[in-house]
Amino acid sequence: MNPFDLLGGLGRAVLAMLATFGQVALFAFNAISHIFRPPFYPREFIVALMNIGWLSLPVVGLTAIFTGGALALQIYAGGARFNAEAVVPQIVAIGMVRELGPVLVGLMIAARVTSSIAAEIATMKVTEQIDALVTLSTHPMKYLTAPRVLAALITVPVLVGIGDIIGIAGGYVVATQNLGFNAAAYLQNTVNFLEPHDVFSSLVKGAAFGLIAAIMGCYYGMNSGRGAQGVGRATKSSVESAAIMILAANFVLTGVFFSL
Amino acid sequence: MIRMENVHKAFGDNPVLQGMSLEIPKGTSMVIIGGSGTGKSVALKCVLGLIKPDSGMIYVDGKDAKKGDRDAFLARFGMLFQGAALFDSLPVWQNVAFRLLRGPLKRPPEYAREIAIEKLRRVGLKSDVADRFPSELSGGMQKRVGLARAIAAEPEIIFFDEPTTGLDPIMSGVINDLIREIVTEMGATAMTITHDMSSVRAIADNVAMLHGGVIQWTGPVGQMDASGDPYVEQFISGSAEGPIEAVR
Ligand SMILES: Nc1ncnc2c1ncn2[C@@H]1O[C@H](COP(=O)(O)OP(=O)(O)O)[C@@H](O)[C@H]1O
Ligand SMILES: [Mg+2]
Repeated sequence: MNPFDLLGGLGRAVLAMLATFGQVALFAFNAISHIFRPPFYPREFIVALMNIGWLSLPVVGLTAIFTGGALALQIYAGGARFNAEAVVPQIVAIGMVRELGPVLVGLMIAARVTSSIAAEIATMKVTEQIDALVTLSTHPMKYLTAPRVLAALITVPVLVGIGDIIGIAGGYVVATQNLGFNAAAYLQNTVNFLEPHDVFSSLVKGAAFGLIAAIMGCYYGMNSGRGAQGVGRATKSSVESAAIMILAANFVLTGVFFSL
Repeated sequence: MIRMENVHKAFGDNPVLQGMSLEIPKGTSMVIIGGSGTGKSVALKCVLGLIKPDSGMIYVDGKDAKKGDRDAFLARFGMLFQGAALFDSLPVWQNVAFRLLRGPLKRPPEYAREIAIEKLRRVGLKSDVADRFPSELSGGMQKRVGLARAIAAEPEIIFFDEPTTGLDPIMSGVINDLIREIVTEMGATAMTITHDMSSVRAIADNVAMLHGGVIQWTGPVGQMDASGDPYVEQFISGSAEGPIEAVR
């Protein structure tokens, strides 16, 4: 193969990626600006709050409790190698609040919320419902995007906070029931060790991940191709890119909060 | 009045409109006929600004449709989409009264519901469909709900994309009469796409035939049968023989 072809192909791929990135950034900016500009659609916002926040609680709770429990077991076993079993409460707390809580909740939201937003909006696009909205003098970015983005921005940090608490509770149950920790001492250690900064970083990550999850769902939905295949592609791409962007944002935010 | 001048639109390497020009005087009913896939729906969407033409001009009442206040522009239009395009998350009556439940035309919900039920009756639907969801209706019923939604806010300009496709002959007759009534009684300007020649005769003041991306023939409905245009003649007779290829 001609090396220039390869180079050309690579160049095109990079350009295409940059173009997509630019479009997403523009879309995100647009989506956020519509949150602040009337008309507002309170009914759609309440429905979005229910779908994104309330109905995600079971998934978030289950994810957190199993992860917290497993974390306690791992740290106990790992800590035993250098006689440091006692650090279980501290490491579970810091691991859940700083990293696993936000990341796992973010990924579950990408799976649950991003996919459903993308599929719903893409179907609306494919069946001309978006065009119909426009002809009924309703701006799709205000009616569809803004309520979902705002709802995710508000509810995902709350979900992360709840996930953190349930995760710690999972660790607590395993540590006190199976590993012989004293209940009061475990809680004391957890509370004493965590700093407000840890909790704050957790919630900020939640807000960022919520924003990413909703915006990627809306972006791919609005830009869906035609037919059932278009809807399938839009859904797949939205979850893929939301998950990757959440992980990348997590890395950046962790750097900002804890190494600067 | 609506005027399209030399409108071009291609999707990738598929040239759809290739210099379409058409004029629809205020308060008249224009029917567009033409084979499926010739770009009739695309033409309507270009006028509404849902699709951007590659080139050419579209004027509504002498003003460039691209310029000016978009909300005010769209508020004058009603559109029935080919696939009805009902909002499947909302019950039928909220679809019909969509404009009356939010935005500048907002009315109390009880009043909006009454209007919705009245419009549903006009398209031959009983009031018990009002609380059903679009997915629970047959295709022909969805189409009529779409029609009710298009006329609910009594727009000045109404586009109907295949209003009678999928309806039985009696229901088609009801819808044809309704469209005619809206034009003569409310003085609306209508643009209707149809393949149904009995609809054409019932609805149209003027007829235009779209073929090959341009208006092949246009004239008053009374002259359609003696148009002398081989494309129009073939379309009316439904013959496989003629200038329009049967395989497209
Ligand atoms: N959004 C779109 N993207 C790509 N191609 C389109 C789009 N809309 C319509 N087309 C193409 O334009 C042509 C005309 O379509 P349409 O206007 O729906 O035909 P009809 O005259 O039957 O209403 C078809 O070949 C169709 O595939
Ligand atoms: Mg069509």
